[in-house]
Amino acid sequence: MSDAKTLTKKDFKPDQDVKWCPGCGDYAILNAVQAACASIGTAKEDVVFVSGIGCSSRFPYYMDTYGFHTIHGRAPAFATGIKASNPDLTVWLVTGDGDGLSIGGNHLAHLLRRNVNINVLLFNNEVYGLTKGQYSPTSPRGMRTKTSPMGSIDRPFNPISFALGCNATFVARTIDTHMKHMTRTLEEAAAHKGTSFVEIYQNCVIFNDGAFDDVADKAVRDDKTIDLRAGEKLVFGKDSDKGIAMKGFEPHLVDPADADVWDPTRESSAASFLMSSLDHEPGMPNPIGVFRSVPSTTFDADMSAQLAEAVEQKGEGQIKDLIYAGETWEVS
Amino acid sequence: MTKTQEPGAELPLQQQDSVVVRFAGDSGDGMQITGGQFTSTSAAVGNDLATLPDFPAEIRAPAGTRAGVSGFQLCFSSKDIHTPGDRPDALVAMNPAALVVNVKDLKPGGILLINTGAFNDKEYKKAKMENPFEDGTFEGYRLIEVDINKRVAEALEGSPLKPKDVQRCKNFYTLGLMYWLYSRPMQPTEDFLNKKFAKKPDLAEANIKAMRAGFNAGDIHQLFQARYQVPKCTELPPGTYRNIMGNEALALGLTVGAKLCGVQPFLGSYPITPASTILETMAAQKNHGVMTFQAEDEIAAICSAIGASFAGHLGMTSTSGPGLALKTEAMGLAVMTELPLVIVNVQRGGPSTGLPTKTEQADLMQAVFGRNGEAPIPVIAVSSVADAFDCAVEACRIATQYMTPVLLLTDGYIANGSEPWRLPKLEDLPDLKVNFRTQAEGYLPYSRDDKGARPWVKPGTPGMQHRIGGLEKAHLTGDVCYDAENHEFMIHARQEKVMNIRETIATPEVHGDKDADLLLLGWGSTYGPIADACEMINAKGHEVARMHLRHVWPMPKGLDEIFSNYKAILIPEMNMGQLARILRSEYPSQNFLSYSKVQGQPFHSSELAEKAISVLEN
Repeated sequence: MSDAKTLTKKDFKPDQDVKWCPGCGDYAILNAVQAACASIGTAKEDVVFVSGIGCSSRFPYYMDTYGFHTIHGRAPAFATGIKASNPDLTVWLVTGDGDGLSIGGNHLAHLLRRNVNINVLLFNNEVYGLTKGQYSPTSPRGMRTKTSPMGSIDRPFNPISFALGCNATFVARTIDTHMKHMTRTLEEAAAHKGTSFVEIYQNCVIFNDGAFDDVADKAVRDDKTIDLRAGEKLVFGKDSDKGIAMKGFEPHLVDPADADVWDPTRESSAASFLMSSLDHEPGMPNPIGVFRSVPSTTFDADMSAQLAEAVEQKGEGQIKDLIYAGETWEVS
Repeated sequence: MTKTQEPGAELPLQQQDSVVVRFAGDSGDGMQITGGQFTSTSAAVGNDLATLPDFPAEIRAPAGTRAGVSGFQLCFSSKDIHTPGDRPDALVAMNPAALVVNVKDLKPGGILLINTGAFNDKEYKKAKMENPFEDGTFEGYRLIEVDINKRVAEALEGSPLKPKDVQRCKNFYTLGLMYWLYSRPMQPTEDFLNKKFAKKPDLAEANIKAMRAGFNAGDIHQLFQARYQVPKCTELPPGTYRNIMGNEALALGLTVGAKLCGVQPFLGSYPITPASTILETMAAQKNHGVMTFQAEDEIAAICSAIGASFAGHLGMTSTSGPGLALKTEAMGLAVMTELPLVIVNVQRGGPSTGLPTKTEQADLMQAVFGRNGEAPIPVIAVSSVADAFDCAVEACRIATQYMTPVLLLTDGYIANGSEPWRLPKLEDLPDLKVNFRTQAEGYLPYSRDDKGARPWVKPGTPGMQHRIGGLEKAHLTGDVCYDAENHEFMIHARQEKVMNIRETIATPEVHGDKDADLLLLGWGSTYGPIADACEMINAKGHEVARMHLRHVWPMPKGLDEIFSNYKAILIPEMNMGQLARILRSEYPSQNFLSYSKVQGQPFHSSELAEKAISVLEN
């Protein structure tokens, strides 16, 4: 570790040119991540950014930390190997809707269930960018692209429901144009012990421009989204004039005074699941913020603990113990 | 003639140099454990030995069918031997299916012990065969008929075990009988049973009782005409020995290799036949700092290992052919990012799922060339059970010193076979200590040392933050670079680095007759059969030389000169001639003859000898 000093956003900018399209939502995310890293204050050399393939996965090149731009969909496996080998490192994983949920869906699921202490940022733009505009596993049904000229017939993944289904211990959503919310969410994700999954609504200016405008545009955002914050009431609207209360499994619009208090720390993820599809109900907002945040042991800590326990039980192994083991005999 | 006080002492005790025994029965008959015990006991009495377990891919195919037959062959000897033998001297057939599958291999005049308790019309039907007592199957063999079902029931009368569990002691009755026949002590197996069933003393007692009953039956029932004795082997080089299986030796080598490098091993693996026991062995080595990760699939297994290497551990992954196919893309990334990595491929019959429990050498081309782009990877091949340890250490050396993935090829025959291993002296193990770079000044991620290797830097090292990935790298800085000249330069730099390995590997020794016209050249597990074949060829009055390649890619220096000394070079391979093809392109002026056998079984030494003699005579 280097001497403690106050880090600034600028400290995390390397000397490389950023090569995303002008106007891409990734710039804002990069900005927020650099700001979050500076405020978290972990020394740059103790931070590793790992990614797969796709526009989002160029991210590590734009951070002055250790970085590994790996292969398509497999970043979770690389990140698991890195974190297990050296739990002192702070590991961030950057992926997209194609990399994380299509080719890499299997690995993402297993990373989440194992609860390796890694921060996962899934940039969701509901389209394939780097291959120039084909539909992705989060594209809405009916979306017309070059590979779905008559409209996509795939039913899309909901990334939040996916993560909850994998029993992820920290699940959140934020928006690329909502700097304050994004920075705060990233800091909360970093503070969580275990796999922190953050879906970021990210605008692809070239192939799917405005995909989230109906909820994320500043003009409508307060009325169309609800921020899930631990211990706070489920209240939304520009004038904070609408509340949500659950009656059984049914969410109801209520007066702010009657709104439920949000608790993402419940062991059961049932309420979180309900929130993940809240916007399926007519008139209901799209939730952002923290869907779930529960404490649990982490894979990397457990692995280190087993090694330590084995040493305690059997003593620190020497080469001699490995070779000269079992029944031996002498030939003279 | 030796006199003993044991039962059967009145029978002539015949000395033999080597004996080959095969136990065969249903998958549920416990033949692997029976063979394993006979092996351990033979090791304990000081024989040299080699084993060949042969079992189906199905865990329990329908009882009594040919598909469910499981076999275990071993050769135990007072001589220095290299193979489990071509044909058994004695065959144990626990049921008709085991008989029909195995009897064709039995030597003429060989001992054939059958469990008549399982020989009836119902069982013949399951095995799809005629009554062997009526069709001449037994002609030319010394048939020993024992109703093992009945004898075990008698021996265990009054046992608290249920009749079904009593019958499960049949294999130990049989083992006892074979111990008697070959004058082996029962104590090692009794110790084994008492330890294995420490918490179930009834089971230990029943199995020991059954074994003793079998042993005593050899005398009481006068089943055999003679007893045999195979004295202790005195031909082995002096040293401390232990009996070991191929995969276990390899796993030990991986851990020891990493320790010699001064780094922690990290094995990312996904269970696959016949490689799984490497992961199982290393998972039990946690007190040695061994990290094992059972990944969700083959791809995650290798990727986690590459991640571990990036973090400063020595990443490793173990698999078989279908798994290696899945790892291909990640291997290319390891080439591009120039990180150390050991990839173990325990070859099995292919293509596709192929013959999961059988052996083959058909992944050589895949290992040497099977990646997109120009992606050179050094390939090392294990030649025997004991050699697995040395090759694993060598793979760790090359991976760390040259900052490269290394492919370590072994196969099902070596993986499951066992033999006495002469333990290396600790002071003879090489010092492979790795130096991580920590000096930030002047650091360039893709600078190279005189071997062509780039520096290894652990994340966490201050002032040396850098980014790597699969995109082409700029020379020195390692920044992403699409420049045409740089790409070609880097392709050559990666290739030269791998070729530089030739500076630190020895030219293999040539054994045999100096003036021979024929060289038998092998790689991998054909070592034993080739060595034995050369002795047979000599015994028939012909001259022959042999050589074995450990470093299959890059090949050691000096081969062309050696090859020039022979009129022909015969290459036996359990594939369609893959090494021969590579050699023809590397050494076009030489006369390579391919001898191919792809039956999922190792070569018989005798067929190799015949082939070589036919080449010499033509």
